[in-house]
Amino acid sequence: MAMATIWASKVRSFLTMLGIIIGIAAVIILVSLMGGLTQQLTDMFDDLGTNTIQVAIMSRAETKKVDPDEMYEFLDENKDLFEDVSPNISVSGTIKCGTENESGTATGVSEGYADMKRLTVEQGRFIQYSDIMNISKVCVIGTYQEQNFFGKGNALGQTLKINGTVYTVVGVLEEKEDSTSGSGDDAIYIPYSTAIKMNKNSTVSSYILTAVDEDRITETTAVLKQFLNQKIGDEDYYQVISMKEMIDQMTTMMNSMQTVLVCIAGISLLVGGIGIMNIMLVSVTERTREIGIRKSLGAKQKNIMMQFVIEAGTVSCIGGVIGIIFGSLVSIGAGKLLLDSLIAPSVVSIIVAFTVSVAIGIGFGYLPAKKAAQLNPIDALRYD
Amino acid sequence: MPPLVELKDVYKIYKMGDSEVHALDGISLTINKGEFVAIIGKSGSGKSTCMNIIGCLDVATHGTYKLNGKDISNYTDDELAEVRNKMLGFIFQQYNLLPKLTLLENVALPLLYAGLSDEEQKERALASLEKVGLKEKAKNLPSQLSGGQQQRASIARALAGHPSVILADEPTGALDSRTGREVMNFLQQLHREGNTIVLITHDNSIAAQAERVVRITDGKIVYDGPAEGDEIVSKQEKAGAGE
Ligand SMILES: Nc1ncnc2c1ncn2[C@@H]1O[C@H](COP(=O)(O)OP(=O)(O)O)[C@@H](O)[C@H]1O
Ligand SMILES: [Mg+2]
Repeated sequence: MAMATIWASKVRSFLTMLGIIIGIAAVIILVSLMGGLTQQLTDMFDDLGTNTIQVAIMSRAETKKVDPDEMYEFLDENKDLFEDVSPNISVSGTIKCGTENESGTATGVSEGYADMKRLTVEQGRFIQYSDIMNISKVCVIGTYQEQNFFGKGNALGQTLKINGTVYTVVGVLEEKEDSTSGSGDDAIYIPYSTAIKMNKNSTVSSYILTAVDEDRITETTAVLKQFLNQKIGDEDYYQVISMKEMIDQMTTMMNSMQTVLVCIAGISLLVGGIGIMNIMLVSVTERTREIGIRKSLGAKQKNIMMQFVIEAGTVSCIGGVIGIIFGSLVSIGAGKLLLDSLIAPSVVSIIVAFTVSVAIGIGFGYLPAKKAAQLNPIDALRYD
Repeated sequence: MPPLVELKDVYKIYKMGDSEVHALDGISLTINKGEFVAIIGKSGSGKSTCMNIIGCLDVATHGTYKLNGKDISNYTDDELAEVRNKMLGFIFQQYNLLPKLTLLENVALPLLYAGLSDEEQKERALASLEKVGLKEKAKNLPSQLSGGQQQRASIARALAGHPSVILADEPTGALDSRTGREVMNFLQQLHREGNTIVLITHDNSIAAQAERVVRITDGKIVYDGPAEGDEIVSKQEKAGAGE
């Protein structure tokens, strides 16, 4: 019967529902898009390794530096906290191979770097300990360099020149992205000892470490900072960034942003609820005579209450369902368009949205329903 | 056995700003089971107010009202609803059928509020419609019927709950004289079957068809007796108005 009444005034019912539809859809869209975005960022950080810690040293002074040897020593003393360490030395300049000539960067790293960064060697091998000891002129390249300089599968054993020095390609990494310049596949790794030499024996200003336990990251970075403080003395001259802490910060930020956005959407729901209350009050006035007739035939207050509460509940419930469908479609579409990934609106948010819309209908329908139920039958019958 | 309806010194006073309107000004009236009573009076004399009090739609300002021996003055809204549902059947001048419900649903409404099962509601509502000759129209909406048919449907609704008293407020008021007569014949038939009927009208010729006439003027009973005796009072009133 409630359905019949709603259908009888389709346009009005739809306009009444609009507030609920928009509110619910907004909540669903925001929650799923924020969820998708957070997920994507987390995945991205995961790829970089959530247990990695980067150290950057800004001082140039000879006394305020950390040698690779000192770093390895520190690692040995803290085996319970740190898994591995690698210097990270950029050598920028020209990369030349045959007639090809371009500017680029080679990175000097240790033999453990591939595991730390989850790099997989597809052909040949990665930098080895002996390469570092011997200051060998060998390099491991990404698929961009492979395809650009040598052609697929032809790189191993070939040579290229970095700032004029000839390097032998000993390994090619697995393709990560699309083998284009600037992508994850654009990389040249050389032994860090060779890189130091290339940079005219300058000090190492950047390290990458991996922590044993992500959950003890605060303690781990604290120990690292204490060591760096001892070596460098001044906090302003070095920086420690842990991925895990960055992710945590980002997640906290995303969550508070989501809360704010959902609150704003909640206001729309509130407005929708008030719309329902308003339309129900109008409906009660319009149907005063009907209420009088029903009461004259023996309807009790609860019968009239139920009739109007169910009607309000049905309106907001239908609005909620439309909002959920609409919101889900938009989330999926926007997810494909903006984040290029499939976002499924969470079941929890759908259940919550539905419950909220029913509650709004009943909550805001209650007052008009009560007003209807308490009408005096004789006044109601006389009403025109 | 107590009388079905017993009004004792009933007043209904409306306060309009500083002045008071005595819609009922000390009415005492007793109606027994099986009677056919017409309450007659000019417009504004207080007939509807009287019927509303008898029908438990309204409560008196002072005085007592006993329905079937029970004083209902202190009943709550819901208790009064139950009394109306179980004991009273209303027939209104404007039919008061719900326009969006079919005849069957309209007639079943009091049974719904009485808490009967769906099948029982349907069965009794159909029986009631059959009694007024509208069984074939059960699925129709009120707007698809003539005025006389709608009034018959409202009679079917009043009968559906097997009430102790049928209250009809100007049931022929909105009908032409021929369909009005049909409705009156029907009420007389119900009376012969043993129903108690209280009919409200301003029309002498309709009141004359009841066995007992109660005439109200300015909220007071000025005549209560057989229909024949009322003619004299009615003439006196006319003469009084002419002065
Ligand atoms: N709710 C009300 N408020 C004020 N006055 C009323 C109200 N209901 C009825 N009256 C007055 O009471 C008197 C009797 O009314 P009513 O019983 O409807 O008369 P009738 O049905 O005989 O025409 C009239 O004078 C009317 O104006
Ligand atoms: Mg009247």
